[in-house]
Amino acid sequence: MDVLNAIVALTNFVMIPAVAYGSQLALGALGVTLIYSILRFSNFAHGDTMAFGTMMTILFTWLFQSWGVSFGPLPTALLALPFGILAAMALVLVTDRTVYRFYRDQKAKPVVFVMVSLGVMFMMNGLVRFIIGPGDQRFADGERFIIKARAFKEMTGLREGLAIKTTQGITVVTAIVVVALLFWFLNRTRTGKSMRAYSDNEDLALLSGINPERVVMYTWLIVATLATIAGVLYGLDKSFKPFTYFQLLLPIFASAIVGGLGSPQGAIAGGFIIAFSEVTITYAWKKVLRYLMPDNLDPDGLVQLMSTDYKFAVSFAILIIVLLFKPTGLFKGKSV
Amino acid sequence: MKKLMMATAALALTAGTSYAGGHGKEVKLGVLFGFTGPIESLAPAMASGAELAMEEVTKSGMLLDSATVTPVRADTGCIDNGLAVANGEKLVAEGVNGIVGGDCSGVTGAILQNVAIPNGMVMISPSATSPGLSSMEDNGLFFRTAPSDAREGQVMAEILKERGIKSIALTYTNNDFGKGLADAIQTSFEAQGGEVTIVAAHEDGKGDYSAEVASLASAGGDLLVVAGYLDQGGLGIIQSSLDSGAFDTFGLPGGMIGDSLPTNVGPDLNGSYGQIAGSDSAGAEIYANQAKDLGFDGTSAYSAESYDAAALIMLAMQAANSKDPADYGAKIMDVANAPGEEINPGELGKALELIKAGKDINYQGATGVELIGPGESAGSYREIEVQDGKNVTVRFR
Repeated sequence: MDVLNAIVALTNFVMIPAVAYGSQLALGALGVTLIYSILRFSNFAHGDTMAFGTMMTILFTWLFQSWGVSFGPLPTALLALPFGILAAMALVLVTDRTVYRFYRDQKAKPVVFVMVSLGVMFMMNGLVRFIIGPGDQRFADGERFIIKARAFKEMTGLREGLAIKTTQGITVVTAIVVVALLFWFLNRTRTGKSMRAYSDNEDLALLSGINPERVVMYTWLIVATLATIAGVLYGLDKSFKPFTYFQLLLPIFASAIVGGLGSPQGAIAGGFIIAFSEVTITYAWKKVLRYLMPDNLDPDGLVQLMSTDYKFAVSFAILIIVLLFKPTGLFKGKSV
Repeated sequence: MKKLMMATAALALTAGTSYAGGHGKEVKLGVLFGFTGPIESLAPAMASGAELAMEEVTKSGMLLDSATVTPVRADTGCIDNGLAVANGEKLVAEGVNGIVGGDCSGVTGAILQNVAIPNGMVMISPSATSPGLSSMEDNGLFFRTAPSDAREGQVMAEILKERGIKSIALTYTNNDFGKGLADAIQTSFEAQGGEVTIVAAHEDGKGDYSAEVASLASAGGDLLVVAGYLDQGGLGIIQSSLDSGAFDTFGLPGGMIGDSLPTNVGPDLNGSYGQIAGSDSAGAEIYANQAKDLGFDGTSAYSAESYDAAALIMLAMQAANSKDPADYGAKIMDVANAPGEEINPGELGKALELIKAGKDINYQGATGVELIGPGESAGSYREIEVQDGKNVTVRFR
């Protein structure tokens, strides 16, 4: 029984939150990594693209709610998601036409692109705040929980509760579906193959008749989709605030770099590594150990490796260690 | 537009009349708040409060030789020490006779050290609550109409004890304010025999708080005290704790009391409790009505304290019969405390008259002012409990 309690406590407070957070990071990192491998620059505006897509989804959610449309036990935002994605697609295509294409024609260096994306980031930052404001927005509706902590306790008679939020379930399921679709697209379809060819060797791809503007356009469309889905899942699970999305950029880049910039598999692995390292290394094991150890060996202290203040230090220490020993990241991306 | 015209006309009119009677002397007071930065939403109502007191005194024509009091606004940025000190010096250069400000604890300390003490300038802060300011050497120049967080720690410990809480987990927002408050709560609660199972910081503006909540839950406790901000990390921590079933009840210090918290969290927050600075003095209501007539919100945080800060400076000037900080600084404690006739907001003219006649006054103002120790508010608190999705005042302490 005590072993069960320990497992439940660990699942509830470590496994479930980390898996959900990891899925969100992985989706974000996939977008960053695609831009890096195909357009060859680090897109700092990614967090704000997420914010824009999410904001549009929220606005459509509110519209649907005012019409009385709902999605049963699931959040209405899922119905609004396609519209949010379309809006984000429009935004990135307009930015690409008006800003990035100019520099692409000039064959500008990657670092110039990075700086340009920084400028785009500030523009989008302002745009989102201008439309929806800097405050917190909550838009999750429908059934909040798949299992409630209290209900689980009553059901099983255990002392520890287990809670799974609907949004956590949706996050994981959506992430799996999206990733499967993405890999199918990249590996099986003609457009996907041409994107990979363009990424591997631009000149060779051009010689074999691949239209670069089409590749670029498809990349942006996919990135806008991924960014909006990641942003909406994140916003449903926590809450939407433009500033938080801007700050998400750090863990997302850490995930992409740990996994190997330019490698989609790496982005997913990186997302989970960063999420799990943030939650597990700073976890206080007191409760779990109390269940597992004999009574007379109960720990007095918190049995915490380091305080939660260091959780970001942990993920960045991992980043540095990986870069020292494998500069291209765990999955052999491109070196930074 | 019409309103604006009316307001301008009214202002011009009052300015006209006061100039007619008050050419004798001019008193300038600096209003040094964070008009930009993290508390930019509070600063306008604070400044309006301070300026309301000045306007009232000017109109009465009773200060010194019927002097006019002119406010001079300047910005602290709330967290920008460089800007705050530069603007403090600018005020001194413009010849102010006293400063109402600063606002946030960090910049207030910087202004005190770098501007007020070297220039011998009196400053009264309406909103700096860091306990560190109590022990800072101030040459008798620094006062505050807001209570120190050390006092809030005591009040919170009392409330917890009365409700039979034996152990708490404690999390704070990682800055001067959060750390100071958390220390105060921990010290007071442990002094009463309570147990603090864990003290963990959280960063504001971050997306994911599962790591913090996991550790807090593991440490356990009867309830979780969240010394943070209600629209920042504090909200995230509470939401995440409720979702994972880590804690059901929360202790909410001042930074967490506001209408948005019960609205955002929902019915699960019912039964949580805490406290925020506030009093049941008659003055609070009078002040709120005065403010309403002028079109600003007098119940906005620290607006009433700002009115009181400005009023104290002018009353002390009258008591010392001088606008020189070196003279009137020592009188501030006298006018603020008993004995003497009690003075409410809107009675500043009467107070000035009484002082002129050589009588004692006991300024109560909008917040029931009572200055203790090193010149800071003794601090009355409202005990709040969340009931049916609303913050309900249970009692005053």
